[in-house]
Amino acid sequence: MTRILYCNCSYAQAVPKEVKEEVLKRLCESGAAFDAVADLCDMSARKDPAMKKLVESGDVKIVACYPRAVKWLFHAAGAPLPKEGVEILNMREQSADAIMGGLQPK
Amino acid sequence: MNKTEGKNLRVVLYEGPGSAPLPAEDRYRAISALLQNGFEVSRPAAGGSVARADGAPMLVLGRFEKAPSIEGADVRDVTGLDADGVLGAAREIREKAGARKLEAWKPWFPVIDYDRCTNCMQCLTFCLFEVYGVDQNDKLTVQNQSNCKTDCPACSRVCPEVAILFPKYKKGPINGDVVRQEDIQREAMKIDISALLGGDLYNSLKTRSAEARKRFSTERDESKALLERKRCLKELGKDLDIPDEVLMSLPSAGDIQERAERAKAKMASRLARSQTVKDAKPPPTDKEWGI
Repeated sequence: MTRILYCNCSYAQAVPKEVKEEVLKRLCESGAAFDAVADLCDMSARKDPAMKKLVESGDVKIVACYPRAVKWLFHAAGAPLPKEGVEILNMREQSADAIMGGLQPK
Repeated sequence: MNKTEGKNLRVVLYEGPGSAPLPAEDRYRAISALLQNGFEVSRPAAGGSVARADGAPMLVLGRFEKAPSIEGADVRDVTGLDADGVLGAAREIREKAGARKLEAWKPWFPVIDYDRCTNCMQCLTFCLFEVYGVDQNDKLTVQNQSNCKTDCPACSRVCPEVAILFPKYKKGPINGDVVRQEDIQREAMKIDISALLGGDLYNSLKTRSAEARKRFSTERDESKALLERKRCLKELGKDLDIPDEVLMSLPSAGDIQERAERAKAKMASRLARSQTVKDAKPPPTDKEWGI
């Protein structure tokens, strides 16, 4: 079962507002189960232990920003991403359509 | 409570058996309001899964037929409440649980890409605010995140390997975008630390500030001199994308020199230590040399 983790980048507007709002809206309409966090950067800064639980046990698709940034944010929090089973979708570069397409089961 | 301390309240929006599902628009408004106010939100649904509970404070919201009792969690019926009402309920529980409130801060701190970092310590030597340190294995680490100056990406510019990220930065590759060959070659990425520590930048500042002093000494107008200094710093800051606040709080050339000496001594002792370890080892055998 692939889980979905969505980052709202609430503490800064690094992610385009229209993309993150559209993605969240469509996630809410989709009937899919998901976890959403206010801001992964904020959690990483606090080394929030919740970061570990968000990516453990099974595959996860992370909807956030650049994969390199996401990978090392988790690492900095002491919750390195597993080598396999993690897909990162980038709301700074991809459209809402592309993100939602990426969330479809393969 | 420090801005980097405390646990967030996790809100679970329950819409399963025993409750009425929210219309999609209400669900979106409620979740969006919660996220913008610093809450974590999980929305379980049939056929999917969410992260497990981990002992962090938790609030379960739903339009319940009869509000259930869940061990270790607060439960609230939000029937008839709009997004503001849902947010109000969450804030109340957050207060009660002593969970972390939304902070007025931008999470701004360097994140190291250890796939690229060569442990050269240029960033550690360069950073004036002691953000960096080394761990027990002498590996570079970000030690004091909250010392980092918001919107200042200066240390990432001295990194020869483009290994320092600021995920909230506007441009790549500092924001985590893919590192391309031209990024490594770009002049801004190749600023030599000596040029910044006591070199070009400080010489330039010194010269310009001396010139400014000379020019204004006849007028004896300190406010004008200060304005000139600010203008000079602004020009330099623009080139490096360093905020005024950081430039204005730069220590004196003497402080910088002292700091550079300290870093040099630290590096020398580290080298001596590693040499001692090498010397203590017996010379390699023919086999170890691959003969």
